[in-house]
Amino acid sequence: MSAQTQGGQTPAIELKGISKAFGPVQANKDISIRVMPGTIHGIIGENGAGKSTLMSILYGFYKADSGEIYINGKLTEIPDSDAAIAAGIGMVFQHFKLVKNFTVLENVVLGAEDGPMLRPSLRRGRQQLKELSEEYGLNVDPDAVIEDIGVGMQQRVEILKALYRQADILILDEPTGVLTPAEADQLFRILNRLKEEGKTIILITHKLREIMDITDTVSVMRRGEMTSTVKTTDTNPADLAERMVGRKVLLRVDKKPATPGEVVLDVRNLDVVDEKDVHRVKGVSFQVRAGEILGIAGVSGNGQSELLEVLGGYEEATGEILLNGQPLDLSGAKSDGQSRRARGIAHVPEDRQHEGLIMNFSAWENTAFGYHHDEKYQKNGLLMDNSAILKDAQEKMDRFDVRPPNPLLAAKNFSGGNQQKIVVAREIERDPDLLLVGQPTRGVDIGAIEFIHQQIVALRDAGKAILLVSVELEEIMGLSDRIAVMFDGKIMGERLPSETDEKELGLLMAGMTDTDAPHSIEEIEQNLAHAGEAE
Amino acid sequence: MDAMPKWADVVLVPVVSLLLAAIISIIVFVAVGQDPWEALKLMSYGAVGTSDNLGYTLFYMTNFIFTGLAVAVAFHAALFNIGGEGQVLLGGLGATLAVLFVPWPHWTLALLAGSVAAALFGALWVAIPAYLQARRGSHIVITTIMFNFMASGLLIFMLAGPLKPVGEMQIATAVFPETVHLPSLHDIAQLFGLDTFGRSPVNISIFLALGACVGVWALIWHTRLGYQIRAFGQSESAARYAGISAVNITMIALLISGALAGMMAVNNTMGINNPQLVDNAAGGAGFIGIAVALMGRNHPVGIVIAALLFGALFQGGAELSAATQIPVQIVVVIQALVIMFTGALDEMVRSPIQKMFLRYGNKGVGAPAAVLPEGEE
Repeated sequence: MSAQTQGGQTPAIELKGISKAFGPVQANKDISIRVMPGTIHGIIGENGAGKSTLMSILYGFYKADSGEIYINGKLTEIPDSDAAIAAGIGMVFQHFKLVKNFTVLENVVLGAEDGPMLRPSLRRGRQQLKELSEEYGLNVDPDAVIEDIGVGMQQRVEILKALYRQADILILDEPTGVLTPAEADQLFRILNRLKEEGKTIILITHKLREIMDITDTVSVMRRGEMTSTVKTTDTNPADLAERMVGRKVLLRVDKKPATPGEVVLDVRNLDVVDEKDVHRVKGVSFQVRAGEILGIAGVSGNGQSELLEVLGGYEEATGEILLNGQPLDLSGAKSDGQSRRARGIAHVPEDRQHEGLIMNFSAWENTAFGYHHDEKYQKNGLLMDNSAILKDAQEKMDRFDVRPPNPLLAAKNFSGGNQQKIVVAREIERDPDLLLVGQPTRGVDIGAIEFIHQQIVALRDAGKAILLVSVELEEIMGLSDRIAVMFDGKIMGERLPSETDEKELGLLMAGMTDTDAPHSIEEIEQNLAHAGEAE
Repeated sequence: MDAMPKWADVVLVPVVSLLLAAIISIIVFVAVGQDPWEALKLMSYGAVGTSDNLGYTLFYMTNFIFTGLAVAVAFHAALFNIGGEGQVLLGGLGATLAVLFVPWPHWTLALLAGSVAAALFGALWVAIPAYLQARRGSHIVITTIMFNFMASGLLIFMLAGPLKPVGEMQIATAVFPETVHLPSLHDIAQLFGLDTFGRSPVNISIFLALGACVGVWALIWHTRLGYQIRAFGQSESAARYAGISAVNITMIALLISGALAGMMAVNNTMGINNPQLVDNAAGGAGFIGIAVALMGRNHPVGIVIAALLFGALFQGGAELSAATQIPVQIVVVIQALVIMFTGALDEMVRSPIQKMFLRYGNKGVGAPAAVLPEGEE
């Protein structure tokens, strides 16, 4: 423990010996930490390391079993979030808590009105919002409706909400999870500005780059303990990763060059118009060969999800898709998730919580999910062979190192990484001709990312075709043998990872085609905001 | 979120709900000038005091098992079938048509025909709301409750018209022929030289109900259909991903639900002492089924226990109003309190207990991630 005192200054937050147990599991173990005023303090750790529990205690959602909280040197009880707000703590959640059809101003004032009548509150709110926006460089139109503005802008509204409630200490939980690289940079500029104005910021993240880029001090959590606190300038990503996981971690994907074979997937002129009559995919064509990974990059909401849904059999489309030379039904009349599986397509969906898994089902029940018609899971022609599924689940969990390796536990009780391993194990072990993978490592911890990437590469090396969709450029660059970039439902261009860089891909993601002249930063940002809105 | 251990969910919540209902019931008794302790004694005696009374309790239990199962099966598909009342009436109509006009040589054949017809009519009655839900998105709650009124109207029309025996004043069918009378438990016990259950109507269909419990248990947890029903009920988006048809599952789950509700008619139409179809044949059992399913946590074992409790409450309440000055309305109030607390206000009791476990709970919670709002989870 090496919390540093800076010239005898009082810490903005000091936690002393915080412990919290859930049942037999110690989520937080004797945690002590000092956060100095006017600094950005990063807290990094794998999923399940106890970061969110600690912040929930600080924000009054949980009561610590033992320990003390000092705010600006004063011992403070925080029984609920009102008390946290009163103590000057503001929280920006990963999933925004905004009323979508209210304006920015209404959202900021909501819950902090001056009295029963709305008008005076809104008038005062408007004035103050203007002042705050100017002071911290947050450009937000108070009259814009939330659902009309981009994700980055929505996040600023969340920050404004906290500032409006006079927060001096801001906690941001995985703030860049939903942002494009450019939006993230913008957020960091805002955070730096806030810091300059004397605010204290706690940044919870599992992304090493962010910690390195913006924090002054970083605390690493592992298995409920605060294992170390260091000055950011005294560390590096590899060192931090090792501290997080407790062993050396390979930060890049280790793979041999691909040896592409026959064309497995041939998509020709695909168009998708969704129920709301929005044209989501516009004349997309591409091919994926056996033994290669085609990565589709793009800001989320630019048609990638719909593309996966069409291939997965649960979205209608027009155009043509050939799998091993045979057409797939795109009308929805003769196809569903079942018929696609029968054709040899396996699918790790983008959203494991709402698609890939039934969160209330146990791990073993999830093992059969989508494959519940498989012969090996039936018995007597009438019943499902639950014991066979259970056995299969246990074996898969052992092979994929799912922790805890208990198939009776409900899916929701596993960490994000382990949930994803359950899905990946199920889909990969079907030995499909084509594997669709959406956001394979979203909300997944570093140790598991490494493992999941290895599994995907192993399947490629076994001669299978893989279509990877990810919003993480690093992941696309690391895994793909070829990269296609989607913007506004169209493929902007294809690149080889060896012949491109994040900057060029970033431009394509923002809608600049190959023929476009170089653009100003403002134009690109404008385009990006538009790309975000498409969601 | 697994905020609390299973025992709290299964035992603590219903017990607290019952206690709350009991406390308010005591206040009600005191307010009308009755001794609550005396009332409790009378009610318990009425419910289980004699084997005759116990027989009535079991008779009501049989009804509530059917309607409870009906609600539970639909619940597993996240569908709220509150049309049990109407489906019971239609089941009664089906059973009546199947046994009143066909001269079945033996009650076993009548039981078979009656059960099938009752199930079929119950299922048919929910088929239209089910179709509207599956294909047109009309909310099942609205349509099934409307169908309750239509069922009631249809039944009265049938009983006052086509099915009314000539020269009878009562709005009911003729009593079914002697050969199709179902043996009561009293009759069965006599075969073994026992004299139990007296004149109570509890009859062989109690075994049909218990068999239905086993059937539902196997269906929900051991068949592919049950797996699909539960998957669809838990997450429609995940079901879509897996290729589970929303339309099919909605239809099938509701048809099974309607069939189970319809089968209650075997007990309360064919099984009673003078088997005939009367106009208020359902007697509220369709709605009590909702409370039974909620309290029984949609599991057949829980449903049997909850049905027994409600059966006792019904029978005990009837005895209470017969034996004392307590107006029958007060008894209805007591029953309503229990239904309200265990059924409608379930969440009111559950969520504070859940919060309590979340905040102070240190034992029995499954795994850490269950309570950690980690990352994007």
